[in-house]
Amino acid sequence: MATVSMTVNGNAVAADVEPDTLLVDYIREHIGLTGTHVGCDTSQCGSCCVMLDGDSVKSCTMLAVQAEGAEVTTIEGVADNGEFHPMQQAFHDNHALQCGFCTPGMVISAIDLAAKNPDIDEAGVRRGLEGNLCRCTGYHNIVKAVLAGAQAMKG
Amino acid sequence: MTEHGIGVSVKRKEDRRFLTGNGNYTDDINRPGQTYAYFLRSQVAHAEINGVDTSAAEKADGVVAVFTGADLAADEVGGLPCGWGLTFQNGDPMVEPAHPALAQGKVRHVGDAIAVVVAETKKQAKAAAQLIEADLNGLPAVVDMKKAIEGGTLVHDEAAENTCYDWAIGEKADVDAAFDGADHVTSIDIVNNRLIPNAIEPRVALAEYEAASGDYTLYTTTQNPHVIRLLMGAFVLQIPEHKLKIVAPDVGGGFGSKIFHYAEEAVLTWASAKVGRPIKWTAERSESFMTDAHGRDHVTHAELALDKEGTFLGLRVQTLANMGSYLSTFAPAVPTYLHATLLAGVYTTPLIYANIRAVFTNTVPVDAYRGAGRPEATYLLERIVSKAAREMGIDQVEIRRKNFIPSDAFPYQTPVALQYDSGDYEATLSAALEAADVDGFAGRREAAARDGKLRGLGYSTYIEACGVAPSAVAGALGARAGLYESAVVRVHPTGSVTVFTGTHSHGQSHETTFAQLVSEQLGVDFEAVDVVHGDTSKIQFGMGTYGSRSLAVGGEAILRAANKIVDKGRKIAAHILEASEADIEFADGSYTVKGTDKAMAFGEVALAAYVPHNYPHETLEPGLEESAFYDPLNFTFPGGCHVCEVDVDPDTGVVDVVNFTAVDDVGRVINPMIVEGQVHGGVTQGIGQALLENAVYDENGQLLSGSYMDYTMPRADDVPSYHVSTEETLCAHNSLGVKGVGEVGAIGSTPAVINAVVDALAEKGVTDVPLPASPQNVWRAIQEAGA
Repeated sequence: MATVSMTVNGNAVAADVEPDTLLVDYIREHIGLTGTHVGCDTSQCGSCCVMLDGDSVKSCTMLAVQAEGAEVTTIEGVADNGEFHPMQQAFHDNHALQCGFCTPGMVISAIDLAAKNPDIDEAGVRRGLEGNLCRCTGYHNIVKAVLAGAQAMKG
Repeated sequence: MTEHGIGVSVKRKEDRRFLTGNGNYTDDINRPGQTYAYFLRSQVAHAEINGVDTSAAEKADGVVAVFTGADLAADEVGGLPCGWGLTFQNGDPMVEPAHPALAQGKVRHVGDAIAVVVAETKKQAKAAAQLIEADLNGLPAVVDMKKAIEGGTLVHDEAAENTCYDWAIGEKADVDAAFDGADHVTSIDIVNNRLIPNAIEPRVALAEYEAASGDYTLYTTTQNPHVIRLLMGAFVLQIPEHKLKIVAPDVGGGFGSKIFHYAEEAVLTWASAKVGRPIKWTAERSESFMTDAHGRDHVTHAELALDKEGTFLGLRVQTLANMGSYLSTFAPAVPTYLHATLLAGVYTTPLIYANIRAVFTNTVPVDAYRGAGRPEATYLLERIVSKAAREMGIDQVEIRRKNFIPSDAFPYQTPVALQYDSGDYEATLSAALEAADVDGFAGRREAAARDGKLRGLGYSTYIEACGVAPSAVAGALGARAGLYESAVVRVHPTGSVTVFTGTHSHGQSHETTFAQLVSEQLGVDFEAVDVVHGDTSKIQFGMGTYGSRSLAVGGEAILRAANKIVDKGRKIAAHILEASEADIEFADGSYTVKGTDKAMAFGEVALAAYVPHNYPHETLEPGLEESAFYDPLNFTFPGGCHVCEVDVDPDTGVVDVVNFTAVDDVGRVINPMIVEGQVHGGVTQGIGQALLENAVYDENGQLLSGSYMDYTMPRADDVPSYHVSTEETLCAHNSLGVKGVGEVGAIGSTPAVINAVVDALAEKGVTDVPLPASPQNVWRAIQEAGA
């Protein structure tokens, strides 16, 4: 067992875990934040995306110990005191989610993409979301939402 | 129309919890004392089980128990039942082999469960499973359906020629005569590719037994909790309904694959009582590939007879339909009543004969996947119609128009059992031609040619039968359950409302659409209406969500319950307002005495029902809650036109969908935003089938496309933005006029894409491309045509 500490959504957390514990299992099972989802076992679907030190990462593809000391933001930490982040608002306004399972990872990826590419266009969004699978929306409304969210994030 | 009423794109109630990580999916639920299950699965497609030695696994760290098929048999646990019975042409019942929840005697597909380990942690369960020694005597596997019926290894000893049933519809002699008199016959061979549904949430089950009460609870990722309760309770485990609770909380997509009763549900529920602790199982994605029921997988030869003008005279269809290794819940109905009965399509073809032979193979069971049979029928029809037009030199639009069922011909009886109630195929076609700017296509084709691309345009004019289903009809056709839907509308004392529906939402947005419906009907605020689903201890009954039935069947049940509320409220209002019931009018949430200013708000009536101080006690019970069961008189028949434009790179075979237009008639639209979203998703799955997705087995029955690295899911950069709109004709037999939208996108789109690819390649001499039109398949088609 190893004690792994990090900051999740602004809160200092620590847990004793097996050294081979994945970051996503640390978040879901040890910290109890179940908004981050697991949709595959080959790093393909992106449902598990979280922000780690300012970058969107697939939390099924790194060990918890690799995130020791990191600043992690999960979907639970994206809204501000109950107020939607502009990207969450854009997803809501554009019906960019149906079953909601891929949504947490999709929103995290979208925020990262828009933050790093404020003037992104449709082709850029489609390329940028290549690592996130959605089976419900056909991506049409997700793309609309990310473009709208990117604009809103520019303030 | 009110701000949140019928026809308004109201934003979804569901979104806040999903967008903030507060969804409650099955894997998010944990119970005190919970253990974890891991299933040891067969790595070979076909073998005799000589023995399973679990002794080492039982001693491993953290192991609570290990069970095999022998343990289930010792407890007389039944096999998984099939919910639909069919017959051979001579009336003999279909061959219905046992489907043990853990393999007994033989394993029959890669992924067939041999044993389950229950342990303190997931990791311990998985590690211990590796210590189980399964002594398997390998047998030859049969994967190809043609080989299976021509003397291949028997998957089940009782199924001669691996045939489950050999079924037919239509008068063959009459159809043959039509072919004899035809001016032209077009024939086509189609392999409708096997697909893997791949809801992004893997299946999960969590079972718990309370010894003190004898109550079982199963949390599971299902589209139809009451159906699971019935199938598992009555047929597998003999647990009566009142002792078995099924909870399907938030479910992360289904697309059909979560309709069926799966082995893991039964094994966990049974084992939870054996070990006296809750047990959770969460599928790894590779298990989803190997155990979720697959879709499609037809091999078809079809012929269309035409006169010299291009009028259809007859259609003859021969289909082999893969059942996989066991019969999944609805599997036998898919290639027959959801496929062969759709072969008239939107056309007046007077004579149709279809012969469907269902075949067992050593592959994962095949069952309903978004569209279920109707995509296969539509693909067959729209490909053969396009091919006939090309062979006869008739315009693609013209041949469709010439054979359309005219809009004044409804109700229209097809030669294959169905009676369509309404539709206007010319309306959706002409709207699609305009929206897709078909007039400008020639110019766009020239521009693409300058870039070295071959541009093609493809059409699909389709119909489907959904709103599943009239119980009497389904029963006559072999369904072993009723297919009505139920609703309870509970008005609370202060006028807010809870709606209990037997349908289940796993992306369909019922919490919003149904609230709009009730808000409009009762005149109460949208925010004052909540919708509850997915728990057999809360919901009176229900048949769940599949076959685009939730609104057309479930919505109608809700409407009827709401109307009973309005009627009871009228009696209460009449008493309090001292007027005759006939003089009370209800509109916009208010009861008024006709011709006066005497009125009571709906909320006041609700309060009076629960605080009945001034109340007609002699004739009326207190309270304001009503239920309704609704069994439809007919299926509903959405239809429409999809137009696809592609660019093909002749050097690489890469197909790029550059424009996609869908004009669908789904009946009355309650929430356009949600309807469009359903079409977007369905179209993408249809494009996935056309260009990307393919479940591939090798000859030994190994699933080669068993992960997201091998099975090509549509990604954001594989598809364009779509042009989606609706044209309404109302369903004639439900009061909302709704038809259903869940499946139209997946049904209409695939042939439009392939017709566009064939159109692009026609100048190369290509007349057909196989599904999926992957770069390799397209490139090969070009080379073979040019050879």
